[in-house]
Amino acid sequence: MSSDVNATHYVAPVHTTTITVDAVKVAAKPSSLWSDAWEDIRRRPTFWISVAIVVVVILMSFAPTLFTRTDPAQCSLDFSNGGPAPGHPFGYTFQGCDIYARIVWGTRISVAVGLLATLIGSVIGLVMGALAGYYGGWLDSVLSRVGDIFFSIPYILAAVVVMTVFAQFRNVLTLSIAIGGFAWASTARVVRAEVLRVRQSDFVTASRALGKSNFGTLISHVIPNAIAPLLVVSTLSLAAAIVAEATLAFLGVGLGDTISWGTEISNAQTSIRVAPMSLIYPSIFLTVTVLAFIMLGELIRDALDPRARAQR
Amino acid sequence: MLVYILRRLLQVIPVFIGATLLIYFLVFAMPGDPIAALFGDKQPSPQLLAELRAQYHLDQPFVVQYWFYLTGIFRGDLGTTFSGQSVNDVLARTLPVTGRLAVMSIAIEFCLSIVIGTVSAVRKGKAFDHGALIVGLLFLSIPVFVLGFVSQYFLAIKLGWFSPTVGANNGWNGLWLPALVLGVSLFATSMRLMRGSVIETRNQDWVRTAYSKGLSRSRVLPVHVMRNSLIPMITNSATNFGVLLVGATVTEAVFNIPGVGNTLFQATIRHEGPTIVSFVTIFVVLYVLVNLLVDLLYGLLDPRIRYVK
Repeated sequence: MSSDVNATHYVAPVHTTTITVDAVKVAAKPSSLWSDAWEDIRRRPTFWISVAIVVVVILMSFAPTLFTRTDPAQCSLDFSNGGPAPGHPFGYTFQGCDIYARIVWGTRISVAVGLLATLIGSVIGLVMGALAGYYGGWLDSVLSRVGDIFFSIPYILAAVVVMTVFAQFRNVLTLSIAIGGFAWASTARVVRAEVLRVRQSDFVTASRALGKSNFGTLISHVIPNAIAPLLVVSTLSLAAAIVAEATLAFLGVGLGDTISWGTEISNAQTSIRVAPMSLIYPSIFLTVTVLAFIMLGELIRDALDPRARAQR
Repeated sequence: MLVYILRRLLQVIPVFIGATLLIYFLVFAMPGDPIAALFGDKQPSPQLLAELRAQYHLDQPFVVQYWFYLTGIFRGDLGTTFSGQSVNDVLARTLPVTGRLAVMSIAIEFCLSIVIGTVSAVRKGKAFDHGALIVGLLFLSIPVFVLGFVSQYFLAIKLGWFSPTVGANNGWNGLWLPALVLGVSLFATSMRLMRGSVIETRNQDWVRTAYSKGLSRSRVLPVHVMRNSLIPMITNSATNFGVLLVGATVTEAVFNIPGVGNTLFQATIRHEGPTIVSFVTIFVVLYVLVNLLVDLLYGLLDPRIRYVK
């Protein structure tokens, strides 16, 4: 820590240079997990690229008219599988619809299902994981077994069953429930592990000693300190949910009549030999969006993990 | 070891019952009449409806229905498909095909992950490592069916290296392209696990000892480092078995492979509720069994796991 060590019993003076890491600026603002993570992540170009993609995609889903004036439902067989034309940069689908307009308008469903499914999955995962991890005992055993059950059903297959059952009620909400309602088990495991760790902290004991109730401590001290891994898992689940929506559309249990990336890709498969571009363009949009969310999730994970930061 | 096996088996029972109960509940306790759905748009006579209801125990309470279904599974009777075939017969025909696809894609996944993961770890921070990371991320982001369609278009239709669909040619040789698609779609995660694990293992004392004994890198790397780095990747592929099953379903649908997944896909697009339930149940049972098997193998390989409470 200090620059020179002068001790009488030393035969020779030992000179150790101060390493900059060890220097502590007392006047500096106290650092926290989140501020350290932000300082780290904001220097990374991939973070800003991912954020830019996410912002564009979200903008596209809320205000598609900013990106295209063409009506996605206006299709004419005169243009079937037509190539790019002025105002129609990606050409036309088999049905003669403008590919670019359909992609832009399809963003809404894909993003809505992704966000809603992730929200549902994260909330269930948080509640189940936090209760199991914090209270332990029989409640932990019961909730963990319930989690095991949901974990043992691949969620896309479960969503296939749910969407088949709800064939008459297929909308964004039921699709999101079908995905999120079965995808929460892995989130719950992550939250449970983190809550188990945080529960041991001194500030939790202090909160209890100061007379705060068990549940109050859980809400105001344990969960806020266990939220970091949830953020990471949720970002990655968002990517998975968007893929799930597209996969379910491909499997024929998506939102059939609406425009989404998944339905665009699966509708294009029949004419893949003559018009591959009507499949490839929406696939590129889907892949880039998923990639942005995955990169974002991994960057946040690295930024929130001091050990990973040190290793770089 | 016996105690470990018994305890692990006991843990499987509630999961198995819970999962089947959940799927069963989803289908039969929710809106919609399965018997009416059987007739599509036609209006069957009330007597016929009642008869069919009795035949499928649909006039019984939920628990009784579930009991018939569960005992059916244990008697090896998995029900009949929509078109009247026994699910057992369909499985006998389709399971070997899916098995071949799964074995081939896991083999491709492992080969790619072990080689690329190890080279990445050895060249940590170099161009190869970054390249592998980017390629891995990209394959992680492409949905399997998109990867299937794109490779079908470029590798099979444009370049003519493979046959675009599999159909009846579903022996080992006919499945190369779909296995490649499935293997590549799975490889990103395991490659990165392998990389992390090799980086960690290379810093272990026994590796330093091996080097200081004078062993060459070509001996230390495979024998002392890679072999001891395989566990995380194998664990992951067991928990990822569900992803493999969904991936197999999608790949089989894209390439028209007559496997279990394609049967599920065909049932889905024809809205054949009971068949869907049978096959999803089979997938869940497979998943639970594979995880049980892998856990038991660990107990065999690693005594530390056997004795943990």
